[in-house]
Amino acid sequence: MPDQKALFEFNDIHVEVDGKQIVSGVSLKILPGEIHAIMGPNGSGKSSLSNALMGHPDYAIMSGEAFLDGRSILSMSADERSRAGLYLAFQYPLAIPGVTVANFMRAALQAHRGKDADMSDFRKLFKAAMKALLIDPSFATRYLNDGFSGGEKKRIEILQMSMLNPKMALLDETDSGLDIDALKIVSEGINRFHNDSNALLLVTHYQRLLNYVKPHHVHVMIHGRIVKTGGPELALKLEELGYDWVEAEYAQGTGA
Amino acid sequence: MSDEIRRHNEDLASLDKDYATRYGFQDPVNYFHKGARGINHEVVEMISRMKKEPAWMTELRHAALDIFTAKPIPKWGNSELLSEIDFENIYYFMKPIEHQQSNWDNVPEYIKKTFDRLGIPEAERKFLGGVSAQYESEVVYHSMREDLKKQGIIFLDMDSGLREHPDLVKKYFGTVISTADNKFAALNTAVWSGGSLIYVPPGIDVKVPLQAYFRINAENMGQFERTLIIADKGSRVHYIEGCTAPVYSTDSLHTAVVEVIALEDSYIRYTTIQNWSRNIFNLVTKRASVYGNATVEWVDGNLGSRLSMKYPCIQLMGEGARGEILSVAFAGKDQHQDAGAKVIHVAPNTSSRIRSKSVSKDNGRASYRGLVKVHKNAANTKVSVECDALLIGEDARSDTYPTMEVDNDQVKVEHEARVSKVAEEQLFYLTSRGLTEDDARLLIVNGFMEPFTKELPLEYAVELNRLIELEMEGSIG
Repeated sequence: MPDQKALFEFNDIHVEVDGKQIVSGVSLKILPGEIHAIMGPNGSGKSSLSNALMGHPDYAIMSGEAFLDGRSILSMSADERSRAGLYLAFQYPLAIPGVTVANFMRAALQAHRGKDADMSDFRKLFKAAMKALLIDPSFATRYLNDGFSGGEKKRIEILQMSMLNPKMALLDETDSGLDIDALKIVSEGINRFHNDSNALLLVTHYQRLLNYVKPHHVHVMIHGRIVKTGGPELALKLEELGYDWVEAEYAQGTGA
Repeated sequence: MSDEIRRHNEDLASLDKDYATRYGFQDPVNYFHKGARGINHEVVEMISRMKKEPAWMTELRHAALDIFTAKPIPKWGNSELLSEIDFENIYYFMKPIEHQQSNWDNVPEYIKKTFDRLGIPEAERKFLGGVSAQYESEVVYHSMREDLKKQGIIFLDMDSGLREHPDLVKKYFGTVISTADNKFAALNTAVWSGGSLIYVPPGIDVKVPLQAYFRINAENMGQFERTLIIADKGSRVHYIEGCTAPVYSTDSLHTAVVEVIALEDSYIRYTTIQNWSRNIFNLVTKRASVYGNATVEWVDGNLGSRLSMKYPCIQLMGEGARGEILSVAFAGKDQHQDAGAKVIHVAPNTSSRIRSKSVSKDNGRASYRGLVKVHKNAANTKVSVECDALLIGEDARSDTYPTMEVDNDQVKVEHEARVSKVAEEQLFYLTSRGLTEDDARLLIVNGFMEPFTKELPLEYAVELNRLIELEMEGSIG
């Protein structure tokens, strides 16, 4: 049974990709207003976990359970999870040639509001969201992520998040490919979005983003398992010492 | 017809339920004249006599029939499907009403209702300079804005054109596409009826599009419109055509010939949105001759039909002539779109660009068949060919058959061909934003079509998106 207080909760999640187990029993409970970070070296399974939770068909959840606002989500398709309030900011957002950012955004918002819902406020909301993220208005009529730089794509991911206003946002390596100015703008966007009733799960290799978006809890993931959990100070230690010591601790079976 | 083919056809018809509601309705009609099925010299004679044509046209028709009969079914495209056409089962001439009308009020109610449902009079009021509405073999309604008439612009149905401007028609008819060009051009020449004649005097810019709408209503109907467009020196014109037909379980034939002549410094754009029901064989010959510094653009959208074979052609005859062919084809279940483009560079300093996009869904098949030919004298020519195919589902098929014959060294040729599938990753990206898988797929397809759609007048772009949506409904990924 899900915890009534938790906004997002998953238990003992096992994920397979091409028949190979990548995530081996991960559990987490996130309360409204919380910011969690999952950190880990490359190949630790942290991106697979977020893709699987969003419902990517290639990331098969073999066992475990997940609840958003008390509702079980694992039998839902990706679009149903999205409409239920889950969001994944992609590490590598896909290009959709011929579909403008504005048309795509309108279609996504319409999908969330319902087919016949009024959209007369769309233009205003869209303009304001673009402005807040310092996205040039010309991007409205450019094709989604088509020829965008890494930083531009990440900004568009945050733009979508701010428009769709999910309850629970998974941010997969959102800081990768960003220069320091873009990192600031994106972080400000994330902080503006965050409030007492939603929650964030930041999936990241580096501590960099966490200087700007302050997590309440930090988890370290290695070999498909969460092996250590702590407060913001854990991220700083990882920044300083790398992941080797956690791995060593884990190998000795003395991990938290 | 074997039971198997009949069953197959009935299956096809049932697929078309949505098409049937929106475009595929049938009118019960008492025709002014309905000939017998089948084709022979008597039929040709009867058509020519009813139209009170000059002797040269009657003779041309008879000669064309002999060529049609003598020529075998083409060995390319889709000979198997082509050989299913039962030419003796087709009606070659149906005249719905005695006299063409220029006022909607005088058009019989059932025809008016048809064109109302297809949005024709509304489009005319909104943004067209002239409208021609062909129903079966003849144009039943035709009108053009007075100010355009006063400028000396001719826009008539071809039958009236031949009556009122016999010298103009005689001068150009069959000069771009000869009777013997191919079997179906010969058939059209033998039994042609309707279509448009357009002539734009030197220096005149027809600022609003002229449109013709072709509607087949009867079962086993053959529609053979003949269109001739002449833009005199320095003039400009945009012509748009649309086509639909009711859904039947047996085949109908649409075999048009379109000749376009762009004299020096002129500009012609020819836009087609055809949306045939799935029982139509669509075998059309379209060709343009482009003279010095003139431009012709074919914007060609192919939806529907059972088999389409259509390769708009541009012959760059004068120095500095330019041609562009932008086409899309959508091949749904059991359909074959054999579409393509041809450019022939005859004169030096000419340039051409071909952009072909196709979508194949279910077991649909889209082929690009292209020819680029550069003659010995055509130095400093530029050619660019770009083919994009999008496949939806495992059984969809796409082929390209490009041919290049270049007899001059000073030529810049670019050729690109891409085949892509609607990628799982793209679908996941869009569904993770709340779009259903069907909506996501539709968005990807609309995006793929966008370079074409954005060339259309807004009303047509909206209509095309709606048609694609219809084609995509119930798609199996």
